[in-house]
Amino acid sequence: MKEITSMSAIAISEKIRNRELSVEEVVKAQLETIKKREPLYNCYITIMEKEAFEQAKSVQRKIDSGEFTDSPLAGVPVAIKDNICTGGVRTTCASKMLENFIPNYDATVIDRLRDAGAILIGKVNLDEFAMGGTTKTSYFGITRNPWNPEHTPGGSSGGSSAAVASEEAFLSLGSDTGGSIRQPAAYCGIVGMKPTYGTVSRYGLIPLASSLDQIGPLTRNVSDCAAALEVISGYDPKDSTSFNINKYSYRNSLKSDVKGMKIGVPKIYLEESLNDDIRSCFMKALKTFEDMGAIIEIFDMDEIRCSVQAYYVIACAEASSNLSRYDGILYGFMAEGYEGLDELYKKSRGEGFGYEVKRRIILGAHMLISDNYETYYNKARKIRNIISRAYAKAFEKYDVLLSPESLNTAPRLDDDNSQKKKEFRSEILNASVNLAGIPAMSIPCGTDKKGMPIGLQLIGNKFDEASILRAAYSFEQTKPYMRPSAIEDNLER
Amino acid sequence: MNSYETIIGLEVHVELSTASKVFCGCSTRFGEKPNTNCCPVCMGIPGALPVLNKKVVEYAVSTGLALNCTITKECMFDRKNYFYPDLPKAYQISQRYSPIARNGSIVINTNKGEKAIGINEIHIEEDAGKLIHDADNNITLVDYNRSGVPLIEIVSEPDMRSSEEVLAYLDKLRMIIRYLGVSDCKMQEGSMRVDINLSVRKAGAKVLGTRTEIKNLNSLRAIARAIEGESKRQIDILESGGSIIQETRRWDDSANESQRLRSKEEAQDYRYFPEPDLAPLAVSDEMIDRLRLLLPEFREERIERYQKEYGLSYYDATVLTSSKKIADIFEEATRLCNMPKEVSNWLMVEGMRILKEKEIDPWDMCLTPNRLSDLILMIEQGKINRTQAKEVFEKAFLEDIDPKAYIEKHGLGMISDLDTIIMTARRVIDENPQSVSDFKRGKTKAFGYLVGQTMKAMQGRADPKAVNEVLQNLLK
Repeated sequence: MKEITSMSAIAISEKIRNRELSVEEVVKAQLETIKKREPLYNCYITIMEKEAFEQAKSVQRKIDSGEFTDSPLAGVPVAIKDNICTGGVRTTCASKMLENFIPNYDATVIDRLRDAGAILIGKVNLDEFAMGGTTKTSYFGITRNPWNPEHTPGGSSGGSSAAVASEEAFLSLGSDTGGSIRQPAAYCGIVGMKPTYGTVSRYGLIPLASSLDQIGPLTRNVSDCAAALEVISGYDPKDSTSFNINKYSYRNSLKSDVKGMKIGVPKIYLEESLNDDIRSCFMKALKTFEDMGAIIEIFDMDEIRCSVQAYYVIACAEASSNLSRYDGILYGFMAEGYEGLDELYKKSRGEGFGYEVKRRIILGAHMLISDNYETYYNKARKIRNIISRAYAKAFEKYDVLLSPESLNTAPRLDDDNSQKKKEFRSEILNASVNLAGIPAMSIPCGTDKKGMPIGLQLIGNKFDEASILRAAYSFEQTKPYMRPSAIEDNLER
Repeated sequence: MNSYETIIGLEVHVELSTASKVFCGCSTRFGEKPNTNCCPVCMGIPGALPVLNKKVVEYAVSTGLALNCTITKECMFDRKNYFYPDLPKAYQISQRYSPIARNGSIVINTNKGEKAIGINEIHIEEDAGKLIHDADNNITLVDYNRSGVPLIEIVSEPDMRSSEEVLAYLDKLRMIIRYLGVSDCKMQEGSMRVDINLSVRKAGAKVLGTRTEIKNLNSLRAIARAIEGESKRQIDILESGGSIIQETRRWDDSANESQRLRSKEEAQDYRYFPEPDLAPLAVSDEMIDRLRLLLPEFREERIERYQKEYGLSYYDATVLTSSKKIADIFEEATRLCNMPKEVSNWLMVEGMRILKEKEIDPWDMCLTPNRLSDLILMIEQGKINRTQAKEVFEKAFLEDIDPKAYIEKHGLGMISDLDTIIMTARRVIDENPQSVSDFKRGKTKAFGYLVGQTMKAMQGRADPKAVNEVLQNLLK
């Protein structure tokens, strides 16, 4: 038998339901893998060993009494990005500010995972407050890429992607504000989806930018992705921005058939300074779709040219407000030795937040002051509307849009420029999707010369996750999941 | 000295009396143990999200309609960002860019006659928590029970010119809101809070002077004094050649003066922007029409009806409707005992006297319609005399007591037992031989004296008719 932790989520869950494996065996195997590989990769901030075994017992009981017959995640260990609230388990946002913050409630997605019998195995690393694309801004140390530990796993859901690729979790939840699920998924050679805004409840997700954030799954294949999305999605009365539409059976869209599917490729994406390997890999992917019977068309969509600028204004503005509550009063880090309220605020926030967080708070606050409101925030909102309309227009014509997921493969951890210039440009491929609130996913489509994985981005119309899942699933049949060959070897280096 | 005109506009915060808070299901009850009516949402725990209480929107729309406003059909909420320990999210969800209602007006009455005061806007927002300073231990504690209690802020146009007009405006506003039943508007409990914007200009000038904002006004009296005080302060500055600085001032009622809180330059930039956690709020025509139909009968309409339906004078109808609570008691008690004049008299004479003497808000009176009706019926049936009824009325007005039970318990009812009356009358006759002989000599006045003495001996609790008969029989 294949190593337990190398199997896909739905495969392991089937084995559990067929009583080939007990939930406890799976949890034990998972924790063993974590303990073995964690010293190198550092995916986790908190490992929920005790809770996982307790859950295993109760889930096993329910399975034994005939429950969870159609629950694709029953008994499956899942890693949770550490900006999603878990009642009774600390939720740090990878920040000193929340190092000891223990929420008194569960996020809705956590409720849904529990209800589906999934096992919460731990809380994984991220860029501090999800600000960044490398997971290097975490207060809890860097996370390494399982394909090559000298490289970043991406970010901000870097712990989520590395945990799934290093088999320290069967799947994970991440959050995506401007590519934070898709980019690390691409860097780690796995599948990552950002659903339509409003599909998955944000209740309990510690916000970065409320109008852009969306929780989504990171998995090793498209079927796991569909299964996880099915579990976590659906209307939540506790989130006013969640959509009240019927729960969708995403697993039904897993059909290998793209015959006649109209696929658009925005020209602007090809004009970016794509790395040569990525460009050729992307062209090959287009060819694959064509060979399967899809119709590919390159078209103009210049409206999204300013998406990165608009994205930064909105994301920083909302973040500056969302992060104001960390003032050292009710919870979180409280500085010592202050005189008066102002100093308490200044010291707590000054010492509790890292550089990147402070940079964005200052930028965001600056853009929101009344003299600047029209110049920045309101203009960004207008650009956002233009982008949304451009996508809506494109989807009148196309079923799915394709682009490379990033301009480069995962940079080396010591590459300081990776964060600044390139990340900014890479976000052009991602951020416009969040601004438009539409769904997109990244799936592996090859590797570069150095053997680092390359991601392919599939973008869908609002609430049409079905089309991108179908396209992704079809493509996956031609290119099955590749395990990072060196996961074990890395440990010996 | 030049003559000056004072220009006043008000910002009035009114706590809505919904059962639950504006963005979560926590109770809004006042006076509970600190931090018991709270949840992740109203305590600003990371990740918790607001969900709008529909009742709050209805209350705000109803208020807008009652104040003759235009209702905004596409509404948004905005964040007002500032740091303070009583504000757990470090922003208040409010409405900056599209308030729920705009452009209204109400008519006030002063001894100068009627005047329309414009309403600039009404917006919905959430209240903050409360800081409790413990001076002994030099610590400050936060109670989040009030955090998230719904508020509406009613912003008037700068249409008022004197403290009389301001008080008339507040009185009218409070009356309308209480008739609507959307708030109890108690200043002392903070469910109605008033900030004043005030400037002065030379009589006849067209341009408005620089204004100041005055906060910390805890009573109507403080408001009146603050207006006088601030007008005078501004006029004195102008008269001595100075100029007014735009600033926020804090009224110190005990010192009878205002102190500078912060200048315009020090004022915070609240960095307003649309609240991304709430979907835009659509107020439908159906909802507006429905709420318009549900608007209660206001004072003016009741005054007219009371005159027609109960034959009351204009004056009586005006007094009875000065508070919805009293008007409601009047109507219901009348329905129960069918004696509108009696009910009206009790409320007008005794009721108003107690309110004035005890300085209480009609909202806080305890009297219920059936208790008043019971009391009136007992008088009518001769079970209690008026003097004692007054005592019982006052008791039932101020405390939660049942007149019937109270009268029985305290032996206040009429003595209808004939033997008791005869015994008392005999004693009076024995004690007043002079009067008896006077009476027998034909002095009718002496008989009246004996009746009076008997009544007095029975603390007025006997029926004078019965006393009359008994005495006549005994003296035959």
